[in-house]
Amino acid sequence: MIKIKGLSKSFGSFYALRDLSLEIHPGEFWMIVGPNGAGKTTLLKIIATLSQPTQGKITIHEVESDNNRIHIRKQIGFIGHQSFLYENLTAEENLKFYARMYRLENIAKRIADTLTQVGLAERKNDLVRTFSRGMQQRLSIGRALLANPTIILLDEPFSGLDQNAIENFVELFTSLISPNRMIIMTTHDLHLGLELATHFAIVLRGKLVQQGLCNSHDLDGFKALYRKLTGEGH
Amino acid sequence: MPAHAILTIAWKDILSEFRSRETISSMLIFCLIVVVIFNFMFEPGSSLVKEMVPGILWVAITFAGILGLNRSFIYEVDQGCLLGLLLCPVDHSMLYLGKMIGNFFFMVIMEIIIIPLMIILFNLDILNILLPLLLIIFLGTLGFAAVGTLLSAISVNTRAREILLPVLLFPIAIPILLAAVKATSALINQGTFASALSWIKILTGFDIIFLVISSLLFEYVVED
Repeated sequence: MIKIKGLSKSFGSFYALRDLSLEIHPGEFWMIVGPNGAGKTTLLKIIATLSQPTQGKITIHEVESDNNRIHIRKQIGFIGHQSFLYENLTAEENLKFYARMYRLENIAKRIADTLTQVGLAERKNDLVRTFSRGMQQRLSIGRALLANPTIILLDEPFSGLDQNAIENFVELFTSLISPNRMIIMTTHDLHLGLELATHFAIVLRGKLVQQGLCNSHDLDGFKALYRKLTGEGH
Repeated sequence: MPAHAILTIAWKDILSEFRSRETISSMLIFCLIVVVIFNFMFEPGSSLVKEMVPGILWVAITFAGILGLNRSFIYEVDQGCLLGLLLCPVDHSMLYLGKMIGNFFFMVIMEIIIIPLMIILFNLDILNILLPLLLIIFLGTLGFAAVGTLLSAISVNTRAREILLPVLLFPIAIPILLAAVKATSALINQGTFASALSWIKILTGFDIIFLVISSLLFEYVVED
């Protein structure tokens, strides 16, 4: 379980997050939505232990985030709009690099299974620079899943993808949901977010203004709520 | 100490460079230009050459080294990989050491090519002092790569990153460069290891200081 309590993050006098509290349980898929600069990515970075909160604390699997960053990072798979892949390495070498960094066992089998899972087994020896954006994103998902993380953080994962690739990813992300896993996704796409997520959180100027259960059949109702709270048209 | 992470990062950097050859080729071309131009100025084998060679050698190493150091984190940031690297479950000082070893390796490759060339072009008779000379070059390069890797991580997120690195690096690396040039000069001109020993000790001391401080500071440099 992820417990976020009274979380604030400031950069000088600017507050990216203000007194944010949230509880995320295994099996839940949260979408975090809000206008640009609302603090969504900052929240993901703090959960991923890449940034320290100014106030408040995060507990992940009963471990305080500040106390054991390396242990917590092992539990996290991060997928962003950047792929974190090295263009001059092959697909297999990229996964091998991350597998070694995570000190995984049975590396060869894990890599082979992962490449099959993301549909890139036949391209394993090709340099990543020859891959399309969609293929890079698939490999990036493979990279994030390599260590079988219990927490998956998705930071605007659909950014820059065409419609066909988005449909494939929706399918792939749906397959990631499991009773032991927590998924947190930031997105601007309310439609896709509602389709995938079980819970939502709306963040505005660093504050959590609303949270609740998702109802994929009530997109219009959710859009109206979002508009009302943020003042943004959608 | 989890050496696997350090070696894995160095392996990744070296393999990537082996594929692109962007960094080493630019470093080598710069070095060659410096050495050849200085060669036009001096009579090979003259006493003046012996006095000038330490300066020429370290000008070539440091300026070419900056080209490599600049690329080191730009490569990570431009490919959007720095965040992926920081997310790995290892102490961030290991990331620093891995990157530092990669940078050090590229500079050593450049030196392996450029030093024999200098010996031939400047007609240097340094066979009897070759081992201590290599030790000085090793220590000087290590210290330069140690401080340069940290400053490269600092400058990479700024707009004028390619200009900022030398501006930050040269003043801070002065103790290393001074000791390296003085040690090289003492060795080449006086021909004995003992003549350079005091500078070698200073160089070693600064290497240790810069390595320890840089690996401790790296965590704060890469954090938001």
